[in-house]
Amino acid sequence: MKKLLAALTFSAFLLAPVPGTVTLADDIKQGGSMIVTYKDDVSTLDPAIGYDWQNWSMIKSLFNGIMDYKPGTTELVMDLAESMDIASDGLTYEFKLRKGVKFHNGRELTADDVKYSIERTVNPKTLSPGAGFFGMIAGFDDMTAGKTETLSGITVVDPHTVKFTLSRPDATFLHVLAINFAFVVPKEAVDKWGTDFGKHPVGSGAYTMDEWTLGQRVVFKRNPDYYRAGLPKMDQITFEVGQEPLVALLRLQRGEVDILGDGIPPAKFLEVKNDPANANLIVEGGQLHTGYVTMNVKMKPFDNKKVRQAVNMAINKDRVVRIINGRAVPANQPLPPAMPGYDTSYKGYAFDPAKAKALLAEAGFADGFDTELYAMNTDPNPRIAQAIQQDLAAIGIRAEIKSLAQSTVIDAGGKADQAPMIWSGGMAWIADFPDPSNFYGPILGCGGAVPGGWNWAWYCNQDIDGNATKADGMTDPAKAAERIDLWRSVFIDIMDEAPWAPVFNEQRFTMHSERLGGPDAIFVDPVHIPVHYDTVYAKDAQ
Amino acid sequence: MKGLGVYVLKRIGQALLIMIGITLITFILLYLLPADPARQIAGRSATAETVENIRRQLGLHLPFYEQYLRYLSSLVQGDLGRSYIQKTEVTELILSRLPATLLLMAGAISCELLIGLPAGILAAVKRGKFADNAIMILSFVGVSAPQFVVGILLLYVFAVQFGWFPIGGYGTAAHLVLPALTLGLLGGGWYSRMMRSSMLDVLRQDYIRTARAKGAGQMRILTVHALRNAILPIIAMIGLDVGIFMSGVVVVESVFGWPGIGQLAWQAIQRVDIPIIMGVTLVAACFIVVGNFLADVIAPFVDPRIELK
Repeated sequence: MKKLLAALTFSAFLLAPVPGTVTLADDIKQGGSMIVTYKDDVSTLDPAIGYDWQNWSMIKSLFNGIMDYKPGTTELVMDLAESMDIASDGLTYEFKLRKGVKFHNGRELTADDVKYSIERTVNPKTLSPGAGFFGMIAGFDDMTAGKTETLSGITVVDPHTVKFTLSRPDATFLHVLAINFAFVVPKEAVDKWGTDFGKHPVGSGAYTMDEWTLGQRVVFKRNPDYYRAGLPKMDQITFEVGQEPLVALLRLQRGEVDILGDGIPPAKFLEVKNDPANANLIVEGGQLHTGYVTMNVKMKPFDNKKVRQAVNMAINKDRVVRIINGRAVPANQPLPPAMPGYDTSYKGYAFDPAKAKALLAEAGFADGFDTELYAMNTDPNPRIAQAIQQDLAAIGIRAEIKSLAQSTVIDAGGKADQAPMIWSGGMAWIADFPDPSNFYGPILGCGGAVPGGWNWAWYCNQDIDGNATKADGMTDPAKAAERIDLWRSVFIDIMDEAPWAPVFNEQRFTMHSERLGGPDAIFVDPVHIPVHYDTVYAKDAQ
Repeated sequence: MKGLGVYVLKRIGQALLIMIGITLITFILLYLLPADPARQIAGRSATAETVENIRRQLGLHLPFYEQYLRYLSSLVQGDLGRSYIQKTEVTELILSRLPATLLLMAGAISCELLIGLPAGILAAVKRGKFADNAIMILSFVGVSAPQFVVGILLLYVFAVQFGWFPIGGYGTAAHLVLPALTLGLLGGGWYSRMMRSSMLDVLRQDYIRTARAKGAGQMRILTVHALRNAILPIIAMIGLDVGIFMSGVVVVESVFGWPGIGQLAWQAIQRVDIPIIMGVTLVAACFIVVGNFLADVIAPFVDPRIELK
C-alpha cells in the first residue's frame, strides 16, 4: 500500500502546533483567575460520557485528543499527534504521538492509552452516547455486538505510534478524533474511580481538577506540566453552579463574576444588548445551528415539490427573527454560515407570498389545504410556530399547531406517516463537529429516513446521497477544498428539492467581564462554549 | 405517659404506609411521562443499539410493576439509585445538600417568629387602631406575595442597589439573611395573624382581669401573664412549617443560588432526572411526616387538654 505523507498544503497549517496561540503565548502572561456561572450542576467530566454544552468545553480543558481545532476557528490541527500518514486509499491513518506529554498523575501518555480510551468509549458497557461516531473503525461492529473487548482497527505500533484501520474511507475521521469521545484517559485512574471517574477526572489537559463541591462549585487549576508552553493563561477557573441566569447577570454587572455560562437571560436581552456600556463586553458570533421546518415528502401534499417551494417562499423569516429579539440571522440553506461549505452566493427562496400562492395554484391547490405543524412546547417555539402558521394562512395553507413535549415531537418525526410539518426549534440540529457531513447523513440523507431517525422530511434522493458518499470518501487532504465544493453543491441541490424551509441560524452572544482579555473569536469559538478556556486571559495579571 | 409509646408506634406505622403510597404515586407519574430516559441519556447522536443497551442496563425495558419492585427493594437497603444525568449516587447528592436546606429552614423559622410574634402582639394590643390595621394588611401581603417575586425584589433592593448582602450564594451568615427572610415573610404573615387572635383570646380571660385588678402594669400583664399562654398554640404549629417550607425552598433556593435539596429538585425536574426526583420527593415527604408528627406530639405538652389517641 502506497503511503502518502500528509500533503504540503495541508501540513502547512496542520503540522504547526496551533499557530494562533503561539503569538498569544509570547505576549500574554499567565496568571489570574475567573469565575464562570451556571444554573445547573456539572453533570460529569468523563470524556466518554459528557455530552452537554456545559461540560463539553470543560472536558476539552482537562483532556487532549489526537486532533483539535485552532482556537476560535473550525480549522483542524494536530494536538497529541506530531505527524500523521494517511494511506492513499484513505483506509489507514498512522499517527506519531508527541513525546513527554504527561497525565495529571505524572505518567507519560502513550499509544496504549489512545487505544484504551477509544475502546472504552465504544465498549457497550461504558454506555457512551458517542460510541456511534467510531463506526468507521474496523472491528466496530464486533465490539458493539459484544463479541470482543478490543477494536481490531486500532494497533499500537510502538509506544508513540498508533495506527487506525478503517472499514470505509471517511473524510470526517480526523474530526471524529477531535471530539471529546476520543479524548485520552489513563486506565489506572478509570479503574480506580470506576463509575465516579467523571467526578475525579484525570487527563493531560491544560487544567487539572482541583475541587468539586456538589451543588456549589467546580475549580480548575492550571496544569504546570502542560505540554504546550505558555498555556493555559489562567491560574484558576471557578465554575459556580446553581446560579439563576438573571442573578448571574446582576453579579456580572457588579463585577463579581466573569462569564455567564448560560448566556444573557432572554428577558433582559434587549436591555443589556442595547446598553452602550456593554458594547465591549458582548461578543456576537455564529453557531453551528440551523432552525428549519421539515416537510414530510411521504405525506400529501408535500410529495409535490412546488408545494414545498411555496412554503419556503411564504415564511417571513425576518419576522421570526424579530420574535426572538434578533438572536438569530435568517437562513436560506441547511448549512449555517459558520460551517465550511456554506454558499455565500446562494440567495435561496425570497419571501414572496404572491409567488408562493401562484406556485400553490400551479400545484393544484389554489384553495390551499389543511395540514399540521408540530412544534416543541417550550418558549419561544410555540410563538414561532404561530408566526409560521400565520404566514402559511396568508397563502391559503391552514396549519393546525401541535405543540408537544420534545420527545413526543421527536417520536412523531421518526414515523413516516405522522408529522406533515415540524418546526425544529428546541430539537434543531447542532453540529457535533464543524464538517458539512455532520449536517447531512442523519437529517437529510437516506440513512436518516428510517423509523426513529432524524430525517423528519423523510427525503431520500439517491443521486444526492451518492454525491455525499463520494464527498466523504475524499480522504486525501490535498482534495479538501474540492470535497467542500462537492458538499456545497449537495446542499444547494437539496434546496432545489426543498424538503426543508430553513428559517434561521441562531447567533451566540457571550457576555464577559471587563477584566477578561483575548481575541473576540475565542469568546464565540465554534467548538468551545461559552469561551475557549485555555486561551482567555486576565487583564489584571498583565 | 404509657399512651405515648403506643401512639408513636401507631404513627410510625402510618408514616410507613404513607411513604409507600408516595413512592407508588410518584413512580406512576414519572412512568407516565412522555420522556424516554434512555433516549435522553443517549443523546441525539446515539444509535438505536446504544439506546436499547442503556434501556436494558437501567432496567427500563421491564414492565412497570417489576421496575417498581426493583426500586422498592433497593430503597429498603437505603439505595436511592444513581442519577441519570449527574451520574452520581442520589443519596450522596441529597446528603451533600441537606445541611444547606436545614440551615435555611432554621433561618426561616427564626425569621418568621421574629417577625410574626411581635407583630401579632402589637396588633392585639392596639386592636382596631392604625397599627393593627397596618399589620394585618402587611401580613396579608406577606402571605399572598409569590416567593419568586419577593426573593427577586429583596435581592435587587438589598443586594444589588444597597449592596448590604451578597447577591445569592452560600457560606456566611450574610448569605443566609435574604433567603431566610423571603421564606420567613410568608410564615411571618401567618404567625402575626395567629398570634393576634391567640393573644386576644387570652386577654379576654378572667385571670387577666384579675391581674389587672391587682394593679399589674400593662407590660407585666403582657409578658408574664398573657404571652406565656398565648404563645403555646403557636409553638405547636412550627412542626407544620417544615412541611410548608418544602415547597418554598424549591423556589427560594433557585433564586438565591442556595445549594439545598430544593434547587436539586428543580434542576432534576427540568432535566427529567427521574432518580433524583424520586429521591427528593421521598425526603420531602419524610420532612412533612416528621414535622406533622412533632406538631402532634408537642401539642399535649403545651396544652394538657389535648390528648393523644
